[in-house]
Amino acid sequence: MSAPAQRYQVADRPPFNLTDLLLRWEVLLIALLVLVVAINGWATPNFLDFYNMTDATQVFSEKAILALAMALLIIAREIDLSVAAIIALASLAMGYCATQGFHAPVLICVGLGVGMLCGMLNGFLVTRLNAPSIALTIGTMSLYRGIARGVLKDQTYTQYPPDFQSFGQDYVTSSVPIYMSFLLFLVLAGVAALVLHAMPVGRKIMASGNNPVAARFSGVPVDRIRFLLFVASGLAAGLASVLLTARLGSTRPDIASGFELEAVTIVVLGGVSILGGSGTIGGVVLAAIVLGLVQFGLSLNNVTGIEISVMIGALLIGAIALPIIVRRLLGRSSTH
Amino acid sequence: MKSLLQQRETVLALIIVAMGVAVSFWAPNFLAVKNFVDIATDTSFLTMMALAQMTVILTRGIDLSVASTLACSGMAAALIGKADLALPALLLVFIGIAVGGVLGMLNGLLVAALGIPPIVVTLGTMLVFRGLTFMIAQGKWVHDYEMSSSFLALPNVPILGVPMLVWIALIVIALFYVFLSYTRTGRMLYAVGGNPLAARYVGISVARQQFIVYAISGAVAGLCGVLWVSHFGTATPDGAVSFELQVVAACVIGGVSVAGGVGTVAGAVLGTLFLGVIENALSLINGSSHWQMAIAGLAIVTAVIINARSERTVGKLILPEARRAALKGSAR
Amino acid sequence: MAAIRSTSPPDPQPLLTLRGIAKRFPGVVALDGVELSLYPGQVTALVGENGAGKSTLVKILTGLYVPDEGQIEVDGKEVTFASPREAWAAGITAIHQETVMFDDLSVAENIFMGHMPVAASGAVDWATIQARSKDLLKRIDADVAPTAPLRSLGVAQKHQVEIARALSHDSRIVIMDEPTAALSRHEIDDLYRIINQLKAEGRAILFISHKFDEIFAVADRWTVFRDGTHVGAGWIAEVDQATLVRLMVGRPVDQVFPKVPVKIGDEIMQVEGLSHPTEFDDISFTLRSGEILGFYGLVGAGRSEVMQALFGLTTPSRGRIRISGKSVLIRSPQDAIREGIAYVPEDRQMQGAVLPLGIRQNTTLAMVDKLTRGLFSAPTKERDVTRRLGQKLFVKAANWEQRLGDLSGGNQQKVVIAKWLATQPRILIVDEPTKGIDVGSKAAVHGFISELAAEGLAVILVSSELPEVMGMSDRIIVMQEGRIVAEVHRDRATPEAIVAAAAGLEGAHA
Repeated sequence: MSAPAQRYQVADRPPFNLTDLLLRWEVLLIALLVLVVAINGWATPNFLDFYNMTDATQVFSEKAILALAMALLIIAREIDLSVAAIIALASLAMGYCATQGFHAPVLICVGLGVGMLCGMLNGFLVTRLNAPSIALTIGTMSLYRGIARGVLKDQTYTQYPPDFQSFGQDYVTSSVPIYMSFLLFLVLAGVAALVLHAMPVGRKIMASGNNPVAARFSGVPVDRIRFLLFVASGLAAGLASVLLTARLGSTRPDIASGFELEAVTIVVLGGVSILGGSGTIGGVVLAAIVLGLVQFGLSLNNVTGIEISVMIGALLIGAIALPIIVRRLLGRSSTH
Repeated sequence: MKSLLQQRETVLALIIVAMGVAVSFWAPNFLAVKNFVDIATDTSFLTMMALAQMTVILTRGIDLSVASTLACSGMAAALIGKADLALPALLLVFIGIAVGGVLGMLNGLLVAALGIPPIVVTLGTMLVFRGLTFMIAQGKWVHDYEMSSSFLALPNVPILGVPMLVWIALIVIALFYVFLSYTRTGRMLYAVGGNPLAARYVGISVARQQFIVYAISGAVAGLCGVLWVSHFGTATPDGAVSFELQVVAACVIGGVSVAGGVGTVAGAVLGTLFLGVIENALSLINGSSHWQMAIAGLAIVTAVIINARSERTVGKLILPEARRAALKGSAR
Repeated sequence: MAAIRSTSPPDPQPLLTLRGIAKRFPGVVALDGVELSLYPGQVTALVGENGAGKSTLVKILTGLYVPDEGQIEVDGKEVTFASPREAWAAGITAIHQETVMFDDLSVAENIFMGHMPVAASGAVDWATIQARSKDLLKRIDADVAPTAPLRSLGVAQKHQVEIARALSHDSRIVIMDEPTAALSRHEIDDLYRIINQLKAEGRAILFISHKFDEIFAVADRWTVFRDGTHVGAGWIAEVDQATLVRLMVGRPVDQVFPKVPVKIGDEIMQVEGLSHPTEFDDISFTLRSGEILGFYGLVGAGRSEVMQALFGLTTPSRGRIRISGKSVLIRSPQDAIREGIAYVPEDRQMQGAVLPLGIRQNTTLAMVDKLTRGLFSAPTKERDVTRRLGQKLFVKAANWEQRLGDLSGGNQQKVVIAKWLATQPRILIVDEPTKGIDVGSKAAVHGFISELAAEGLAVILVSSELPEVMGMSDRIIVMQEGRIVAEVHRDRATPEAIVAAAAGLEGAHA
């Protein structure tokens, strides 16, 4: 047999390279975070106040929870644009149950349940019937929110029991000044990180997103994984709905309007490639915090919601475009 | 004849006719000529935007910023018209198209020159352009009493009993048909979306094609923006919010494939007609349109599933008898 | 079929000249100082093993890659191709090994996409497109309608459309990259006729092939590439096959396929009447432990499709599979892996490997659930498996975390095989295992396969390379257009009979 005379010396791991580490997207986000805190701390009155900051976490935690599930889906080369509509539908269900006199435990179950069912429908249609997820979830988005609008018409549900509202509006316990939504976000971020980075299924998710054909050929149950991720996305939307409805204390048909796109923005800003196959939960968490603080700081400065969304749009494009431009400029200079 | 029936567009047209017949049982005034004119008028904007969106989707892209571009161009034209009421209406239309075109070219640059995925780019520009609209309007509306009467009349002038807006839409439909069937650039769009690698092999510049479609998308949104403002008589900073999703929905229902390379003018038009008939039927029957979104959503989901089933590869055609059968079935 | 041989003295002005062309990729030198000249009215054969740099050269000539060093001259003038469009404009077209066309468009549109004729008004001239397509297809004797959707054509017919496309453009330099892989004898003769016609029209043809009978039938000149450099050039009339082979391989040929005699065990798999609506029909065969069963056929004959059905990737419409006597139902790759079947697919990049991920992650992908500590992944166990198999297969890399896409084709293939060995299969199916890899790795892969058979594994070897199939297999099954047409034992196999059967010729059953 014609084989090489000696075995090749192959190291287990590449040598540690500081430049590679520093060029990672997560490090860029940390730098951005520091910058945001520094600028706001100097320019904005009351920014660094602890209680103000914890209040800020309330506003972005629900979206951040959506973003965690969305990140896993996008890494698997899918997307779920119906999450905000699922929030609306779950909120509708909870509002109806509240008018029938049910209290927090039932309401929470209903919210999660509706979210899960919606996610299952999305997952079934994408995996069993091979529907492209972007087009399909635009459809289910209209369907779910449409049902909410059709049932509610122009009304609003406001009869939520106090124990439910406290779930979204009060601290976890009176001695610990953290809101339930932020705590849940941190816990779920930990779970998501373990799933993606420390468990076999995370490897399979990465492979499915990088090359679904090769993954399937390698025995990875790509369809089953995608189905479960859609269910997770639905559950996340259900949880976000519980928290948001409890915080607002009301349900309107346009609740959580635009949340799906904000979630995608967090995910993309977090370094997850929209084409699938790469990204970290750490990046998504950092992006959620950065965006949350940016919005918080700007609102303290009396910048209007619209102007904030302009800056977020510009930030999104800038964050993606800048590395490409820099790479092009560097690339050009190295060949001459 | 059999193959004609198997064509997606024919099936969709038959479904629309069937829906119309069904609705007329509940609301006999559906079948009135005036009602058909109303449907045509109400769907004109969606039709033009859907055709433009189709060209973008053909190249495997998507343009989520169209509603914001529409609002921004309309607002710009309205503000300029308000500043000088003597300006001819046609000039304002050109200004709207120009503003939309420039915004579209920005999208095109980011997608074609920098290679950023279209969904990310247009997500960002959707927010930026909407914000731009608010900023130039300073949060305020432009009302009909601040617009010249010729401007307000432009889309509403009836010709042969049909408003000018519908005629403009018909012209746009014709232009897109010619563009996609009879120009090289139009045909190359199908190549770029169908197989980008093969398109490169035969010397097509994918970047150029992409830039062109986003510019077109922006220009059409600009045209619609101006007409929208003059048709409704108001320019609001939050005009046409979420309209981009209806536009994509119309395309999907009309058989345009999100994977690129597949889609016809007839399909896109029928897709918008479908949504238009539903909206019209609901308002005739119910007096309100609260369930419209849900029904539209159901239609989109159904269309996506049907699309997906027809695109599913049956398996390679290796056995000679299988190849012969396929050839017979697709002969036109 | 005799070719028109150029007997006049060589035209001093080559149409195309390459000098000192080099192209490097991270970790691999694809081309290093290559020289080539193409003359009008003459066919130059480019010969070389897989991985010798031929496809990189084609990509440079067609403008897809820009060379790192060297000059390209057309008609004596130096040119650079910044894009495929410029190569096209310079008169260079290529007919590719794997057809790269538009499935959703018609045949006529495929022929003219990128250079559609326009009428005076500027509109696309459909009438001319239809008429000229019809002419071109008739000229090459293709039984294809211009209006047919490309999707409905078979592999050979798609190739004919590609030829028509090359002819539709006034290309003076035509590159043919393994054009006969999917063609029957009759269609190959047609191709020779077309090539002669092109020569008579004064075009220069670059004919890339590793089939010597074709090279000697049609070429005027030859060039040999090995490991990225050209190692010789000259006139066909003045060279013989043995010299070409020696230049290609760089060492004596008989060591290339090490067939070790192996004691063949019991029947481990029986396939009965396996059928699919469009891909294959009534496939029945048996497989024994320690045996290497070769599956030969033209490209597109349906062999990979049969294997994919065995592996659970597609669902057959009827038929039965028995493993160790027990009837099994395989509905997914996980089922197949559980039954001890492993499938190394034909298309390494799309189906075999996840190139952006690392070696360790690829190697453990098919059995990562077994390498855990509780619920969590155990990277140390993964590294152990990767190291063991990587060393057994002599994988050359900087470290086990290295991105698989950075390795050479041969090493990528070894990692793919390692992934499947990690699942400890009883039946190993390898589909074109040495396609596109360098000579050294090719022999190594053959060696591993023989070794695995000796260890008791049952191997199915799907291959379109006759020497490989004949050298390695104990038995050879030949498929043609979705059916089995012959089954031959190694001792009674002759190349003529097998090739005839694969082409579907009458009375060809061996």
